[in-house]
Amino acid sequence: MSSDTKGESPLRSEHDIVLARQQVRRLTQELKFSLVDQTKMVTAASELARNALVYGRGGAMHWEVLQVESRTGLKLLFADQGPGIPNMELAMTDGWTSGKGLGMGLTGAKRLVNEFEIDSKVNGGTRVTITRWK
Amino acid sequence: MEKIPILRMGEFLLVTIQIDMHDQLALKLQDDLSNAIQKNASRGVLIDISSLEMVDSFIGRMVADISGMGKILGAETILVGMQPAVAITLVELGLSLPGVATALNVERGMALLRRKIDADGADVVRY
Repeated sequence: MSSDTKGESPLRSEHDIVLARQQVRRLTQELKFSLVDQTKMVTAASELARNALVYGRGGAMHWEVLQVESRTGLKLLFADQGPGIPNMELAMTDGWTSGKGLGMGLTGAKRLVNEFEIDSKVNGGTRVTITRWK
Repeated sequence: MEKIPILRMGEFLLVTIQIDMHDQLALKLQDDLSNAIQKNASRGVLIDISSLEMVDSFIGRMVADISGMGKILGAETILVGMQPAVAITLVELGLSLPGVATALNVERGMALLRRKIDADGADVVRY
């Protein structure tokens, strides 16, 4: 396993979404997550990375390996400096989208992980943190 | 320029997605496929995703769009080879891909396509 326990990947272009997915796949493999758990975390990362790029006009994915007693987990923070989410309740509704998507990104990603936190300020960007434990 | 190849097999088209697609590439495939259906008067499309380790809402939507668009152009679409971990994740994500026919592998997908086409007896109308 690599000695790095945290790092960051930029989210500036569509290709960065692919790189973020690959980074999360590599990390979850190193942490020996089950294949289903790897896939869930990679898929959640893909949704949130795209949100940060499309709605947040770009940002970064910060990752951190967590070790709490005997538990191992992976925490990902997607931070953008976009317009923020004015109506959080609406944004967290299945099928609602402010853009051209399916409206499954945020709510779907939330269902794929163990912990989910979102913090958004109008004109102050959005930060979404997800954690999945092994 | 990156491109996902579309193989013509008689009246069917076969697409095997083997790389982690970025969004533009997925959209390009959608375009290329609709053109290929029209040009070859294809009756069916098989999309093999057995190498895909992840399907997110973007790719899910692309598949649903191809299926809907194909239908309008007279072609049935079958999605084949989805890995179990991908299927579990897709359902939990909230995408059940309504209206998209699926099969376990290319062979079964091909058999399903033949049955669907024979059943609708569209030959009479078509020619």
